[in-house]
Amino acid sequence: MKLTINGEKKEVASESMTVTELLANQGVEMPDMVSVQINGDFLERETFDSRAVRDGDEIDFLYFMGGGSRE
Amino acid sequence: MIDFTQSQLERYSRHILLNSVGVEGQLKLMNSRVLIIGAGGLGAPAAMYCAAAGIGTIGIVDADAVEVSNLQRQIIHFTEDIGSLKVTSAREKIEAINPDVTVEPVRAFVKASNIEGIIDGYDFVIDGTDNFATKFLINDACVMKRIPYSHGGILRFNGQTMTVLPKESACYRCVFHKPPPENMIPTCSEAGVLGAVAGMLGTIQAAEALKYITGAGEVLADALLTFDALPMNFRKVKLQKNPKCAVCSEHPVITELIDEQQIVCDLKK
Ligand SMILES: [Zn+2]
Repeated sequence: MKLTINGEKKEVASESMTVTELLANQGVEMPDMVSVQINGDFLERETFDSRAVRDGDEIDFLYFMGGGSRE
Repeated sequence: MIDFTQSQLERYSRHILLNSVGVEGQLKLMNSRVLIIGAGGLGAPAAMYCAAAGIGTIGIVDADAVEVSNLQRQIIHFTEDIGSLKVTSAREKIEAINPDVTVEPVRAFVKASNIEGIIDGYDFVIDGTDNFATKFLINDACVMKRIPYSHGGILRFNGQTMTVLPKESACYRCVFHKPPPENMIPTCSEAGVLGAVAGMLGTIQAAEALKYITGAGEVLADALLTFDALPMNFRKVKLQKNPKCAVCSEHPVITELIDEQQIVCDLKK
């Protein structure tokens, strides 16, 4: 299926895949550090294992970033 | 024009020349109050540009003292400031850049019990902190008190920022829900950052504060700007308010400020 991931068009070999599987497929090393948005909706982390991604989905992986000052 | 001295007209001439700032915008800046939480990698450039811009009152919150390892990116602090309080060092530089600015130093770490009092009365808040617990706390407090703020995060060569207009645009919790599990935070040896990346991000945060106050352009609301300085790619991810957000939705679950578990990257350990 064809997906748009972080603004880039990508072809994924499988026709059915959960978000957890997609994260692994895309080589995301620390899925716990990623928030996932599909077609404008943010997923609850608990649904990563069950939510299927579909052909044409626009998916954003947004990473936790700290930085700045120890406050 | 009578509100400006000759020296102020000269000092701010490059702002006054901008159509969307002008005399009116400059007056707004001079009558505004901006709070910078954290006088570190993000807070340093943010404070310096706010000072140079003639923000009337700059509050700066930090409890730490300057260490030699800060100097690679926290450009408001100089070698001779090692050992001094960051708020003292920052105050001296802000006043040296622009004596028109009133500095309100707050020697503290923000926590659930003090943050409301600290942010009260400011027009805009800049989050320049490094840990997720405080980032969520700043978000929740600013949403509850309806104070617009700029979120900022940096890691290695990457940066991200969003501007939150409470109840109007997506907040940090709309996107990230809750702090990541402790064992997932990158260890300190991995969590370096290129100094100039902190400068880029903190400067964007200052620009957002100046835009918000003057009304120039559109702030980075309902969007997360992320960049990777290695290929130097910038991307703006469109966001929308999460109808199930724990703090900014119609029926928030979080109605009181809480201290999330503190997870800090501390190079001394
Ligand atoms: Zn929210």
